[in-house]
This record gives sequence, C-alpha cells and structure tokens, in this order.
Amino acid sequence: MTRELIKINTKKYVSRKMKLVVKNYQLYLIFLPVLLYYLIFHYAPMYGIQIAFKKFSGALGIWGSAWVGFDNFTRFFNSNYFLQLIWNTISISLYSLIVSFPIPIILALMLNEVKGSKFKKLVQTVTYAPHFISTVVMAGMILLFLSPQSGVINKIIELLGKEPVNFMYEAKYFKTIYVFSGLWQNVGWSSIIYLSALSSIDPQQHEAAVIDGARRMQRIWHINIPGILPTITIMLILAFGGIMNVGFEKVFLLNNSLNRSSADVISTFVYRAGLIDHDFSFSTAVGLFNSVINLILLLIVNGITGKLNQTTLF
Amino acid sequence: MKRLINADDVIFDVINYILLSLVLLIIIYPLYFIIIASISSPLEVLNGNVIFLPKGITLDAFRLIFKDKDILTGYRNTILYTVIGTFINIMMTIFAAYPLSRKDWVGRKFFTFILVLTMFFSGGLIPSYILITKLGIYNTVWAMLIPGAVSLWNVIITRTYFSSSIPDSLPEAAFIDGCSNLKLLFRIILPLSKPVLAVMVLFYGVSHWNSFFSALIYLNNRKLFPLQLILREILVQNKFSEDMLVEEESILKRQLVAESIKYGLIIIASAPFIAIYPLIQKYFVKGIMVGSIKG
Repeated sequence: MTRELIKINTKKYVSRKMKLVVKNYQLYLIFLPVLLYYLIFHYAPMYGIQIAFKKFSGALGIWGSAWVGFDNFTRFFNSNYFLQLIWNTISISLYSLIVSFPIPIILALMLNEVKGSKFKKLVQTVTYAPHFISTVVMAGMILLFLSPQSGVINKIIELLGKEPVNFMYEAKYFKTIYVFSGLWQNVGWSSIIYLSALSSIDPQQHEAAVIDGARRMQRIWHINIPGILPTITIMLILAFGGIMNVGFEKVFLLNNSLNRSSADVISTFVYRAGLIDHDFSFSTAVGLFNSVINLILLLIVNGITGKLNQTTLF
Repeated sequence: MKRLINADDVIFDVINYILLSLVLLIIIYPLYFIIIASISSPLEVLNGNVIFLPKGITLDAFRLIFKDKDILTGYRNTILYTVIGTFINIMMTIFAAYPLSRKDWVGRKFFTFILVLTMFFSGGLIPSYILITKLGIYNTVWAMLIPGAVSLWNVIITRTYFSSSIPDSLPEAAFIDGCSNLKLLFRIILPLSKPVLAVMVLFYGVSHWNSFFSALIYLNNRKLFPLQLILREILVQNKFSEDMLVEEESILKRQLVAESIKYGLIIIASAPFIAIYPLIQKYFVKGIMVGSIKG
C-alpha cells in the first residue's frame, strides 16, 4: 500500500519536474552558451593535465605522448630551485597577507566613524582610484619612482642628505616593494566589503551601548568588529586559499636578473618553463603541484574556521 | 540620536581625521606627481626640482606619444577588445546568472556545482595554451575575447542581485499574464537591475582595458597588440620606437625625453577608467556586497 503510494507520489513528482523543465525551456536555451564555454575553456584543459605525467611531444599530441609517471614531479622536487621557489611564493604571500589584510579593515573602521560628511566620500573616491591602474602601469610607476637617477623617492632621499638606493637591483628590497605597492593600490578597494558589512550593523546596538556609557573605542571593539567578523573570516579563507597563488603579472614585470633570487615565484616559473623553454610537461607538472596544494589549503582553512565560528565558504 | 559631546569623542575624531588625511596624501601624491612630472621639463625632473609643483611646463611628451604608431594602434585595439569583450561578458553573465537565480529552475544545483568547481581547480597554463592553439584562435582577435568570456565571481554577484532584489512573486504574476521567461528577463528584470549591470560593465571593462597576460601568451602579431603590451615595452623594458625619439640627437636628451614620455603615457593609459568610476561609485557597495556575503 505505502509502496504504491510512494510510486504514485514519485510519478507525480517526476511529472511536475518535467512540466517545470518544459515550462522553463528558455532558461536552458540561454544557459547553453555558458555551459559550452565552461566545458570547452575550463573542463577541456583538465584533460590536458595528463601531460604532467607524460613526456609531451607536439607531433604525438596529448593522448599519444608516452607516460613517464612522476618523473616531471621528482625532477621539480629534486631541482636546486625548488625550495627557493616555494619559499619566495609563500613568503611574498604571507608578507602581503600580514600587511594587506588588516589595514583595509582598519581603514573601513576609521571611515565608518566619519559620519555623513563629504570628507568620507572624498577619502573613498581617492583611495579607490589606484585600483583602476593596470599592473603594467603600476610596474612602470614603481620603476620610475624608484629609479636611482631620476626617481622621486631617491630625490627625497638625497634631499635628506643620504645616498640614492638602486632598489630594483637589490634582491632584498623586492618583497617590500611588491607588498607595499600592492597595499597602495588596493587598500581602498579592499575596504569596500568591510564598509558595507559595517553599514548593515543595527544602529540600535550602538544606541544601547551609548546609554550604557560605552566609549567610541569600546563600541568599535565590542560591536563593530564582532559585527564584521563573518566577513573577515570569509576573506581570510579566500586569502589563505590563495597563498600559493602569487599573482603572475606584477612579479613577472618587476623581476630582473639581479633580483630574481627573491622574485621568482611558482607562477613565473611555470610561465618560463612552459612558454619560454617549451618544456610543456614539466611546466604542467609544476602548475598541477601548485593547484593541488591550493585546493588542500583551501579545504583545511575552510574546515578550521568552520569549527571556530560556523562561518564557512561552502 | 543626539550624541553627548565629551573629550574622548573629540580626541578620537581629531586623531581619526588626521590619520585619514595622511592616508589621503599617501594615495594622492604618486598620482599627482605623475601629472606634474609629465608636464614639466624633463631636466627639472631629473634634477629633483619637481616635487610639489611643475617646472618648465611643456607638452612635448604628449605630442610625441600621439606621433607613435604602435601606441595609437595599441590604443585602438584596446578600445575594440574592451567594447566587444565587455558586451560578450555582459550577455554571458546574464545568461548564466538569470537561470541560476530562479529557484524553480530544475538543475540549478547541478549547474552551480559545475561552475563553482572550476574555481577550485583548473587545467593550468599549458593545457589552456594547447587548447587555444588547437582551436585555431591563437594569434587572433578571438583569443582576446573568448577565453575570458565570463567570470564566475561576477556571475555570483549578478545572480545574487537578481534573486535578492526581485521578489519571487514577480515571475509568478508575470507568467499568469502570459509572459515568457525571456520577456520577463528583458522587460522587467534587467531594467530593475541597472545598478548591478553598471558595476558589471565597469568590472569587465576595466579588466579588458588592463588585461596583459592573455595578450602576452596568445598574441605575437604586433598589429593585434593591446595597449598594455606596448606599455610594457616602453615602461618596463625601456624599448622606444624610432619615430618617437628621432628628433633628439644626443643620447642624454633622448633619455630625458624618454622619461617624460613614460609619465605622459601612464596618464593616457589610465585616464579613461579613473574618469569613469566615480560616476558609478555609489553602486560598488551594492555590487560587491550582495554577491559575496549572501552568495
């Protein structure tokens, strides 16, 4: 009896679903190009990952090339640049995270205290501007400003009575230049998400706190920061998940033979090995190693923060 | 609410304003310096006399920039890639976001999964490169337009905007009136979604305008180079075409002019979007917020 009821219900359910599918056929139609795009440009390259385990030859193609197992990976792990690449990638990321993660939050908290004034809007507009500058222009600006002959930074150093510094030709400055130029470019833009999280905090909480005699710093500490904590957590998960993903462009544009010891990261290496040296299999293996580590990191951080405060990315 | 004025509050405000003004100065100064350096005599810049105000005003740099064929072709190509590319992006984003925003769309979870998976794992540089060459779009305009046809982040932002700002009862009412899904999208939903569409046009537009990586790996025909590749040659690699520096005889003079061309070029390359974004700035919070938090 119940089994038949279930059967009938399933039938009803299926036919209702079918009706919905037919009724919404236009939705499938417009989604089709998107699906094709993802299959071709995102899933098809995954098929090509197999060359990481092969010795790729253009004549034999992806499928026809001979398997070599983990040879490409062991070659990478045993190479003398392996540790340096990993160290540069992680240290640039962590340095950048330590500087560029908290400062936008502080900026947002400060801006949030400026109530309804033109000043607030001015600061916002101005701090967003560098975000719209391209990486190439950014690299050009860095080179111009830091130039030992004509750069404005060195002119100021000379005014202070010191010797000009050739910043780009000394490896020890590279990471700091990378991180602080990034901060300059994105501090305003990154603060937007926290500003909007702040604007959704219930003003009644503040009113109650004021009546209880709470001071500004106390209200920021006990109301505003807890209020934006979920947003902070999500942004932190994303940041940690991308820790092995130092952006290619700026490092690539700023690195030169003299600072490469601290400026070579995995993504620039993958590019050089693949498209300059044409070692396709090796480059793919290094890239695959990198994205597997990324995936693991993301899952770990997501798990940890989920246990801590129930905010997870997925 | 009337805030009680007390000493604590005043001190806080003063410090806050001072610090924010400092931030303002740090952000503005490099931009300001580029402007004054581009219109100053290059010799004055070299001698360190240009720090707060322009000296020996000249527009030579801009005159030379507009004489250069590579820069003009690059500029034209970039405008082309930005306009067509952004159009493709917007259509694709709507086509992805609209079905995904509909709770009654059978397959919504499955398709979301297919899209989101690509965020966590991808083929990587070389497999994509092989694909582009196999498809026959290497070294063509299409390599600039198709591989980045849609960005998942932007789909999520748009989808969330659609589903949070348009009540579920609206489609139902429209269907009763005999409205089809597409009519609903184009006649009702899109006109209601102007803020998020404006933000999307800006985001995609900027990313095309500033795009450098895909041109670096997928193009080697100079006639197709976007502005950013030409900029890289001049700003980063210090390679100047002959038309620009031909009128200067001495090496020193050439170097001087080269520097001021760089400053001018930075302005010409960055001005369009820096001029546009304040117009839709008020939508940023909406655009970025809605997508990432509730997503």
